[in-house]
Amino acid sequence: MEHITTDICIIGAGPVGLFAVFEAGLLKMRCHLIDVLPQVGGQLSEIYPHKPIYDIPGYPDVTAQQLVDNLMLQIAPFHPTFSLGERVENLQRNEDGSYNIITNDGTVVHCQVVVIAGGLGCFEPRKPEIDRLTDFEGKGVAYMVKNPEHFRDKKVVLAGGGDSALDWAVFLSNVAERVTLVHRGDTFRGAPDSAEKVFDLAREGKIDLILKSNVVALTGDDRLREITLLDRDQQVSHIEADHLIPLFGLSPKLGPIADWGLNIDRSAIAVNTVDYSTNIERIYAIGDINTYLGKLKLILCGFHESALMAQSAFKYVFPEQKLSFKYTTVYGVSAF
Amino acid sequence: MINLTIIDRDGGSRSVEIPEGINLSLMEVLKASEYDILATCGGMALCATCHVQVIEGPEEYFTATDTELDVLDTLPYAPPASRLACQIRITEDMDGMVFKLVGEE
Ligand SMILES: Cc1cc2nc3c(=O)[nH]c(=O)nc-3n(C[C@H](O)[C@H](O)[C@H](O)COP(=O)(O)OP(=O)(O)OC[C@H]3O[C@@H](n4cnc5c(N)ncnc54)[C@H](O)[C@@H]3O)c2cc1C
Ligand code: FES
Repeated sequence: MEHITTDICIIGAGPVGLFAVFEAGLLKMRCHLIDVLPQVGGQLSEIYPHKPIYDIPGYPDVTAQQLVDNLMLQIAPFHPTFSLGERVENLQRNEDGSYNIITNDGTVVHCQVVVIAGGLGCFEPRKPEIDRLTDFEGKGVAYMVKNPEHFRDKKVVLAGGGDSALDWAVFLSNVAERVTLVHRGDTFRGAPDSAEKVFDLAREGKIDLILKSNVVALTGDDRLREITLLDRDQQVSHIEADHLIPLFGLSPKLGPIADWGLNIDRSAIAVNTVDYSTNIERIYAIGDINTYLGKLKLILCGFHESALMAQSAFKYVFPEQKLSFKYTTVYGVSAF
Repeated sequence: MINLTIIDRDGGSRSVEIPEGINLSLMEVLKASEYDILATCGGMALCATCHVQVIEGPEEYFTATDTELDVLDTLPYAPPASRLACQIRITEDMDGMVFKLVGEE
């Protein structure tokens, strides 16, 4: 269980959460970011990394992933810390007004201010209908590959037909004892390159490819041992497995934040446009997750909201100091 | 007017009337008619949250395009005649069609 102390805890490492680190950093506030995804970038890295974006000031054209990479460079001087692959579950208010944010992995972040930059919500894996799937979560079933070493010399079954299923099948074929890829169709529509690689590896006997089939049930004791498959002709078969990784994409859900007593309007958090504060003191909401009259779900608008949030959050982090506004160009970006 | 019948996830059905000549996708019409349809990617055939199934209508609507199949193939289950509502342009020959919502709420 990790304990982290920071000034501002940012929930969501999408573009808006990342830029908030910069705005907070200029005012000497330290940030820790938490995201359920294993990588930073939010919707940009998860949904459209290669698409060009045309409405970022100063960039006539930039791909989504490039923008995320540049944001990471821009905030590097402020040394933000990250908990990736963890979902924020709970919020505890301490007597002195500070908060503890707790994740599903038990990480506790103690902070003076909470900034929710959760976008469309927590990106959660689409779970296929497999008998006893959830019983084996954490006991053989995982929906993402956080650390490939975890699968070394194990029997791994991947299910899915998209790019991540193909890419991980190729990668894990060098790590795992045995990799089996199960797909309900008989063609792959991911990047043609990866599909070809998978077919080649299957021909060489380095991957077991099971097409036109679905995983339908799991069995085991204290952990996963066997997987039941059903093919298009309704034939049942079984394979031994230490791990099952269903990779069917992600879908955003508002998740636990909905139960924190915040004013919620149609899955978005209502805020005061003076500083993007919520109805709960010391909690702000910026970017796609908030709503107010005239709200536009654009990166640009989230960036603006980050700046106003940081000016307002300053009073909680440095209650003894008075903030006077200065252009960044006056002092430059002084790191800490 | 173009009349469509939409079967909701709970099995209930409702009809939607669409004026002729509007340049919208089925996803946009469903959103405007307050159906619970996420359409996370805004109609770019990237997210599959506008997933529908064609129940009744002209034959050509039962087959997804390649762009749609790219996305539908990544789902755990896609029933026959699965389509992405964002990739279906509303036209007059759709009058009387029946669709079922399949994508997650
Ligand atoms: C296909 C597409 C094209 C787009 N094109 C443009 C464009 O050209 N220009 C433009 O300005 N905008 C565009 N947008 C919109 C833009 O992507 C969003 O406005 C932007 O991503 C919002 O950033 P954000 O940081 O608020 O949220 P997000 O990018 O959604 O990031 C939020 C992050 O928070 C995480 N999170 C949420 N809840 C939790 C929790 N409880 N625990 C842990 N993590 C959590 C999520 O996993 C996610 O990674 C586009 C969107 C899409 C889908
Ligand atoms: S709205 Fe995303 S695929 Fe149709």
